[in-house]
Amino acid sequence: MITRRKFLKNTIAGIAGLALPAAGAEIVSPRKLFAARNDTISGPNVRWAFLVDTYKCVGCGLCVKACKLENEVPYDANVTRTWVERYVLTKDGRIHADSPKGARDGFTTSKIDLGEGRFHDIKKEDIDKAFFVPKLCNQCENPPCVQVCPVGATYQTADGVVLVDRKWCIGCGYCIMACPYGVRFFHPVYHVAEKCTFCYHRITKGLKTACVQACPFGARMVGNIKDPNDPVSRIIRTERVSVLKDEYGTRPQVYYLGISREVI
Amino acid sequence: MYVHGEAWTIKELFVLPNEYIYWSIQIVMYPFMTGLVAGAFVLSSLYHVFGIKQLKEMARFALVFSFALLPVAMLPLQMHLQQPQRGIEVFMTPHFTSAIAAFGIVFSTYGAIVASEIWFVYRKHLVRTALALRNRANKRISEKIQSLIFNALTLGVYDISERALHQDEKAVKVLAGIGIPVACFLHGYAGFIFGSVKANALWMTPLMPVIFIMSAIVSGIALCMLTYIVVMEIRKFLAARKNAARLTHQTKEEIKGIEINVIKMTAKYLLFFLIFAISLELLDLIFRGYTAVKTWDILRSVIYGKDFTDIFILQYGVGNLLPFILFLLPGLTVRRTLIGVILVLFGVFMMRWNVVIGGQSFSLTFAGFMHYHLPIIPDSIETFKEGLFGALLVFATPFVLFWILNKVFPVFGIEESH
Ligand code: SF4
Ligand code: SF4
Repeated sequence: MITRRKFLKNTIAGIAGLALPAAGAEIVSPRKLFAARNDTISGPNVRWAFLVDTYKCVGCGLCVKACKLENEVPYDANVTRTWVERYVLTKDGRIHADSPKGARDGFTTSKIDLGEGRFHDIKKEDIDKAFFVPKLCNQCENPPCVQVCPVGATYQTADGVVLVDRKWCIGCGYCIMACPYGVRFFHPVYHVAEKCTFCYHRITKGLKTACVQACPFGARMVGNIKDPNDPVSRIIRTERVSVLKDEYGTRPQVYYLGISREVI
Repeated sequence: MYVHGEAWTIKELFVLPNEYIYWSIQIVMYPFMTGLVAGAFVLSSLYHVFGIKQLKEMARFALVFSFALLPVAMLPLQMHLQQPQRGIEVFMTPHFTSAIAAFGIVFSTYGAIVASEIWFVYRKHLVRTALALRNRANKRISEKIQSLIFNALTLGVYDISERALHQDEKAVKVLAGIGIPVACFLHGYAGFIFGSVKANALWMTPLMPVIFIMSAIVSGIALCMLTYIVVMEIRKFLAARKNAARLTHQTKEEIKGIEINVIKMTAKYLLFFLIFAISLELLDLIFRGYTAVKTWDILRSVIYGKDFTDIFILQYGVGNLLPFILFLLPGLTVRRTLIGVILVLFGVFMMRWNVVIGGQSFSLTFAGFMHYHLPIIPDSIETFKEGLFGALLVFATPFVLFWILNKVFPVFGIEESH
C-alpha cells in the first residue's frame, strides 16, 4: 500500500515541479530588463504615442515603403507593419474601402480593389466624400496580444511600446488572433510574430520613426504623451482626437484627427 | 520565403493586408482530438463513479482509448507552431495571463490521473502476467523483454490479496471521480481559448467552453462506440474461424448478444448529450440574432450565407439530425449504429471546423471575407503539416497507439479487472 501511496505522491510532486519554472520566468521579466537600461530614452517619464492627421494624408504610401525597408519586412511579401486604407463613400450610402498591397505603391487608380483580381470603378460624381487612413500598431495601454502570449514572448516596455522577442516566440499565432486591429502577422523570414514597434530602435535614440520621417505631408507624428511640451502630447490634449475600436477596452495610443465614423 | 497563411487564404472585398487564416486545419483537429479524449474518459467514468453496470464492457475500453488519445491532443498544437522546437517553452516559462499557458498543467494533471487509473484497473492483470513470465524457465528474448516491461509496470507492488484489490477499486473510483471535472476542464478550457478572444466576433461568448464540453462528450462516446463495433466485428470474425477459437472463450452468438446490448445502452447516453450540445449551440445562435449587436451583420452573412452549407446542411443536418433519427427509430441494429456514430463524429468535426475556420472567414473590417482552401497535395512542409495529410496523420495516431497499448492492457478477454 505504501508503495502505491508513494506513487501517487510522486505524481503530484512531478506536476508541481512542472509549474515551478514559472517562478524563474518572473525573475527575469524582459520588461524590467528594458527599464533598467539607461542608454536610451525611456523610464517613468516617457510614454510613446502616435498622432495621425488624416486630413493631411494623400495616400502616397511612402510611409509603407519606408517602413518595409527600415524594418526589413520583405518588400514583395503581402504583409506589412503599417498600411494606408482608402475610404470612398458614395451618394447611395455605400462605403467602399480597400488597401491594395497595404498601399505600398500608393493608390494609383481610382478603382476599388475587391480582391480576387476584381475591381470596382466609381464615377467621380457619385462620390460624397473620400479620404485615407494610415494604420499601425496602437501600442495599446491594455494590450490583449501581450495578455494571450503563452510564453511571454510579446511584452510591453516601460515606455508603452509592445515588442516581440524573436528568440522566444513559438509562433502559435494567438497574439495575431487577439489583436482587434489586425496589425500582427508572421514574419516571412523569421517565422515569428511580427508587428509595428514605433521603430523602437529609432525613437529611443531620439530619432523619428521611419514612417514619420518619410511622410512629405506631416500626416504622421510620434511623441511622448507624458511630456506636456511635446507637440503630439499638446494636440492630443487640446484638440478633438479619437482612437480606433475603443469598445475593446485596449486603450489604444494612436490618436487620429479627422476620422469619420465609417472607419473601423 | 513565404507568408504564413497565404497558401490557403483567398480574400474577398475589404480585408486588412495582414489578415490570413492563421489557424488552419490543425487547430480544427486540436479541439476535436481533445474532445475525444475528454469524452472517452467521461464515458468510462459513468461506470466507475456512478456504477452504471451496463457500461462495464465499454468502460475499460473507453479508459484505455482515452489514454491512447492523450498524446494526440498535443500533436496538432505542436504541428501548427511556426517554431515547433520551442513548443516546450509553454511548459518551462508559462505566461499565466494566457489561456494556452495552463495547458501544460491541465494536460499533465489529466494524464497522471488517467495513467494511475489504468494502473489500478489493470494491476491484477499486470501482477499475474509479471509473475507468470518471471517463473517461466528458458525464456526467449522476446519473453525476457516482456517480463521486464510487466515487472516494471507493477512498480514493485505484487500484493493482490482480496483486501488490496478492494483498495484498488476504491482508488479507481476516486480517480474517476476527480477525473470527470479535470477532463471537462481540459476541454472546456480549449473552448475558453477561443471564447475569450475578444477580437473575434464569432468566438467571443461565455457559452463556448460549455458548448465544447458537451460536444466533446458526444464525440468521445461516438468514437468509443465506433471502435467498439469495429473491434467486436473482428472478434466475431475470429471466433467464427475454428483455429482462432482458442483465442476467445466466447462463441460468435454470445459476442453478438453482448455487443448489441452495450451499444443500445451507450447510444442512450450519446443521445442525451447530443440534445444538450445542440440546445446550447442553438441558444447561442438565437441570442446573437436577437441581440443583434454591431457584429451581427457580418456574422449573419457568414452563418446564413457563406457558411450555410457547412453549418446547416453538414453540421446540423448530416451530423446531428440524421443520426438522431437513426438512433431513435425502433429496432436499432449494429449497422445502423455504425452509420449513426460516423455521422455524429463528422458532425462534431464540422462544428469544430465552423468555429475555427468560420471564425476567421470574415475580416476585422466587417466588410470582407476570407475563404479557406485546405491544401491537399503538399508542396512544402507547411502545406503538409497544415494540410489534409497532416490532419490524417493526427487522426490515425491514436488508433496505432491503442493497438500498442492493447498489448499491455488488453481490453477484452480478461476477467481480472473490474
Ligand atoms: S494594436 Fe494590436 S498588436 Fe498593437 S498593442 Fe494593440 S493589440 Fe497589440
Ligand atoms: S505567436 Fe509568438 S508572440 Fe504571438 S502569442 Fe504566440 S508565442 Fe507569443
